[in-house]
Amino acid sequence: MQQTLYPGGPGAVHQALRKRPLKRRGEFLIMGMLVLCATVSLVTTGLIIYVLFSESATFFREVSLADFFLETEWQPLFDPVSFGIWELVMGTFNVVFWALVMAVPIGMATAIYLSEYAAPRTRRVLKPVLESLAGVPTVVYAYFAVNVITLQILRPLLGNDLPIFNSLSASIMLAVMVLPTIASMSEDAMASVPRDLREAAYGLGATRLEVAVRVVVPAALSGVMASILLAIARAIGETMIVAIAAGSTPRLTLSPLESIQTMTGYMLQVGLGDAARGTIDYQSLFAVAAMLFLITFAFNVASTMLVNRFREVYE
Amino acid sequence: MAAPVIILRATGRVARRQALSRGSRWVLLAASLVGVGVLAYLAYDTIDTGASRLTWDFLTSYPSRFAERAGLRSSIIGTVWVLGATIVLALPVAIGTAIWIEEFAPKNPLLTVVKLNLANLAGVPSIIYGILGLAVFVRFASLGPSILAGALTLAAMIIPMTVIAAQEAIRQVPQSLRDGSLALGATHWQTVRHHVLPQALPGIMTGIILAVSRAAGETAALIMLGAFTFIAWDNTNLFEDFTTVPIQIYNWTVRPRQQGFQVNASAAIIVLMAAVLTLNLIAAVIRERFRHE
Amino acid sequence: MARLDLETVATRTRDQELQEGDRAATKMSTSGGLRPATEPSPGISFGEPLFVLRDLSFWYGNKPALADVTMAFPVNRVTALIGPSGCGKSTLLRCLNRMNELIPGVRLTGEVTYHSQDIYASDIDPVEVRRRIGMVFQKPNPFPKSIYDNVAFGARVNGYRGDMDELVERSLKQAALFDEVKDDLRKSGLALSGGQQQRLCIARALAVGPDVILMDEPCSALDPFATLKIEDLIRELVEDFTIIIVTHNMQQAARVSDFTAFMLAGEDGAGRLIEYGPTEKVFTNPEEQRTEDYITGRFG
Repeated sequence: MQQTLYPGGPGAVHQALRKRPLKRRGEFLIMGMLVLCATVSLVTTGLIIYVLFSESATFFREVSLADFFLETEWQPLFDPVSFGIWELVMGTFNVVFWALVMAVPIGMATAIYLSEYAAPRTRRVLKPVLESLAGVPTVVYAYFAVNVITLQILRPLLGNDLPIFNSLSASIMLAVMVLPTIASMSEDAMASVPRDLREAAYGLGATRLEVAVRVVVPAALSGVMASILLAIARAIGETMIVAIAAGSTPRLTLSPLESIQTMTGYMLQVGLGDAARGTIDYQSLFAVAAMLFLITFAFNVASTMLVNRFREVYE
Repeated sequence: MAAPVIILRATGRVARRQALSRGSRWVLLAASLVGVGVLAYLAYDTIDTGASRLTWDFLTSYPSRFAERAGLRSSIIGTVWVLGATIVLALPVAIGTAIWIEEFAPKNPLLTVVKLNLANLAGVPSIIYGILGLAVFVRFASLGPSILAGALTLAAMIIPMTVIAAQEAIRQVPQSLRDGSLALGATHWQTVRHHVLPQALPGIMTGIILAVSRAAGETAALIMLGAFTFIAWDNTNLFEDFTTVPIQIYNWTVRPRQQGFQVNASAAIIVLMAAVLTLNLIAAVIRERFRHE
Repeated sequence: MARLDLETVATRTRDQELQEGDRAATKMSTSGGLRPATEPSPGISFGEPLFVLRDLSFWYGNKPALADVTMAFPVNRVTALIGPSGCGKSTLLRCLNRMNELIPGVRLTGEVTYHSQDIYASDIDPVEVRRRIGMVFQKPNPFPKSIYDNVAFGARVNGYRGDMDELVERSLKQAALFDEVKDDLRKSGLALSGGQQQRLCIARALAVGPDVILMDEPCSALDPFATLKIEDLIRELVEDFTIIIVTHNMQQAARVSDFTAFMLAGEDGAGRLIEYGPTEKVFTNPEEQRTEDYITGRFG
């Protein structure tokens, strides 16, 4: 029985077991294609960086870096043109700041409720519903910011002096947009805080609220912070809500009741205007995009680092 | 006479702390319902405004200067074209990348770079993808603001999130299944092809459907490409200009308020949300159905 | 043949073992040559060995798992590897069909030969090795496919061109499963009971046409009755195949094996071969105090 497997006498075993490169050539081809697939994302990054920085370089031949960072006015359309980025950065900061003022407390409260209070069944229903808020296309939120938030809620409350395009309406919809990011990620972090930590606190006579606020939240803090940083990155990069609802007036203000313009809002405005290649408008688009890319990149990296640190502690 | 009674009922400070804790439940619950409440109100408002406009004519008419004659025909057709092309472009690349990372990649610094790069790409704002598309596909490759340029841009945008979802699905496949196959003398690729991929497929499908639903609602990236033209014909190939439902919503939203286009925007939002929710529902059903096996 | 009296069968096989062990010992003393270079346990001997291990050491990263194992496995016999958890017996088993390589960061020194061919030689394909050296795992792991496809998969990927229906039926019969499943070969392998699943995994391994079957605690997830059926099957299969079985269960080793190797981890965590010989001898009259301690349940 044994001998029939290798009938060729001495050397037959070696013959049977040796590598046959030709037999596997189809698989070499497949491996090559898989590697090619994996390089697509590297190429994408390479192209993004190349496009942003080569076009920006052209822009900075016309407008000095000093003007870009030291001028305080963003006035690309009328003479005398002026390209001080801070009005756009401030516009972004304005809407994101007020969005966080609303989204962070509500998101944290939601995360605490889901992780520490809610019955498993409630949690199973509520969490996916909340997460579905993240799936709503932002152009839909943008429509609501103007037609519902400003016209049906803010103007009746604050009077008709409120500009129809104001940063508050954009902030409110941005807050709704990032709420699931904060709530869901923070809840994940809180849920992975070890049980014995909670039990130790309960054993010392702490109430549920005290356990949640004094034990669970501090233990999950880096995960919670990561969720907030990620939410910031998303809000900074969001375009439609701010482009439609916040206005198109670059302004150095933190007031939520004025019309402003964000970096993304400006970019969309140029995009709509079909700026001809080679004009200063077209190039300024890339300079602003590069700025936006660097800022969101920084927040994303910071968020990832915090998540990794949190994982190291508890997993 | 009176035996010592040990009172375990909370009094004084402890009672106040307990009351605070009990009260907090309702405050926190109320906060959790804010998001749901906003969603419900927005849904109500949209349906209230747009439902009456949602007729067969609305779905089958081309855009128009007159709100009551304008419809979604060209934007629905454009959306289907661009999403179809996006799936064809993104799916093989995303699955290939995930397979390479999880199954074949040597564990070296290059792999770390690829993984970090994907995580960061997933966080790049969509408008940046629009700028990439504008510079590379529309201008450099001279594709113009065509369906192909749009699909390439959206594919670049959804590949990172699809890869991450597919990686997750592949990681869930039990090692014992791979061992069983390899021990029978199957090669690593045969094992992946016959066992790992079929087993990971529901998870991969869920990921791609969610990514497509993201692409279906994408507006900023496509506007940056210049996909903002008036289309009053049916698309027939990849090299034509196009428009999509979210672009049409944007278009109607920013029209002067008196002309009645806001009602059209509401009706179009109902259509878009129905599509997006259907995709999400399909993803959820796939995930639930295969979780128990 | 209906096996109603399992006790008798087990006893009879043990008697056979004893006689065969004696015969082999006699043959060994005259034929000489084929012993491993360093004799791990004097007194064990048999004809042509299937596997020969020389100074086999193995590491997971920096953690040693096996140290200097030298031994030979006989053809058409059941050899049991026993020892406490972490003694390296499963690692040793996985070294025999190069399944150990699938874990990143492992290292191996020494030599493993199969029919005198070094299976770790640079021009040897691990995939070819595995299709000739079958393996059955601790937990039954049928593919989530039909019974038929489970059995046919290995043959298909190996380019089998014969009558597939016939091969599936023959393999299922060899694994003593055919009568239980013949009515519905399209049923999912996962719908079978644990014991049936494990026999399906054995059938699956047989269909590829190996001459060895490695079994890594094949009964540890099964109930006693299913365990007895597998043990019965092992005794039948050994007529045609060489079987090497890792087991936690000493009664099982005593019931099914012809030869037994006892392993123990040293202080460095690396498993070493302590004693190796005919099962009857290892269990009744071990050379080593540590073997006796383990077998009598004094530790482990």
